[in-house]
Amino acid sequence: MAARVGVVTFPGSLDDRDAARALRIAGAIPVALWHGDADLRGVDAVVLPGGFSYGDYLRCGAIARFAPIMSELVPAARSGRLPVLGICNGFQILCESHLLPGALTRNSSRHFICRDQLLRVESTATAWTGDYHTGQEILIPLKSGEGSYVADPATLDELERDGRVVARYAGAAPNGAQRDIAGITNEHGNVVGLMPHPEHAVEALTGPSVDGLGFFTSLLAHLAAGPVPAAATAR
Amino acid sequence: MARVVVDVMLKPEILDPQGQAIVGACDRLGFKGVAQVRQGKRFEVEVDGEVDDAKLADVRRLAETLLANPVIEDFELRVE
Repeated sequence: MAARVGVVTFPGSLDDRDAARALRIAGAIPVALWHGDADLRGVDAVVLPGGFSYGDYLRCGAIARFAPIMSELVPAARSGRLPVLGICNGFQILCESHLLPGALTRNSSRHFICRDQLLRVESTATAWTGDYHTGQEILIPLKSGEGSYVADPATLDELERDGRVVARYAGAAPNGAQRDIAGITNEHGNVVGLMPHPEHAVEALTGPSVDGLGFFTSLLAHLAAGPVPAAATAR
Repeated sequence: MARVVVDVMLKPEILDPQGQAIVGACDRLGFKGVAQVRQGKRFEVEVDGEVDDAKLADVRRLAETLLANPVIEDFELRVE
């Protein structure tokens, strides 16, 4: 049976439909989840999509973190059971939820950045990146005003030492992200946050490439491999 | 009703592009000698009755849970 993957819609989410479409193209059954329901509807994994949840009021992701759906999502994600991919605003929500370390701050350039961005995949040992190879360069859209990843030096060292940097910007980070970090994972490899948008690069007609599809096909391969945590198989 | 003010500032080591943009505007407007501006947030939290230690502790918890992100921000409380 095809995997059922939830996509959470918060008030102000923009990319929930593109995330659902990317999942469908990859071969999954997308399941619409609502921020106000404390119910994951038995899904096998969850995508937190991009956008401006709650209008980015207070801080990006700060209000979404306390949405009813998060009360179900956070413990399942923290335990390593539930694969979760947070894209852009979803990444911000994962950091605000403390499922991932660090924070995303305003672009150092002071500009909103919207462009196709080359990334280098640094870790394939996650639930969402197994179909790539280490060092692979992929071209996917980046569109964010607060995409500059920051963390204290000890946290950055730990992420690098443990292979938890999932992707870096090829060349210098356009937004000032520390150590050119575009995406990271938690210690189990089930939770991944990524600033650029793989869901916008899944078919030739609408994307700059189909390089983003790998995140979603990787998840399906991971789920098909059984309930072994990614950390146990890959590290 | 009493008021607890919570001031939130980005930690000194975190880049503040908004502050930099303001410095740029100062220069264009002829306000010379503005070396640096850091932009923060001020929250005015109205609470019922007098602010005792327990209420202040509640607001402190609110600040560290929601109003500020301790990863990138510092905050200060005061009763007004």
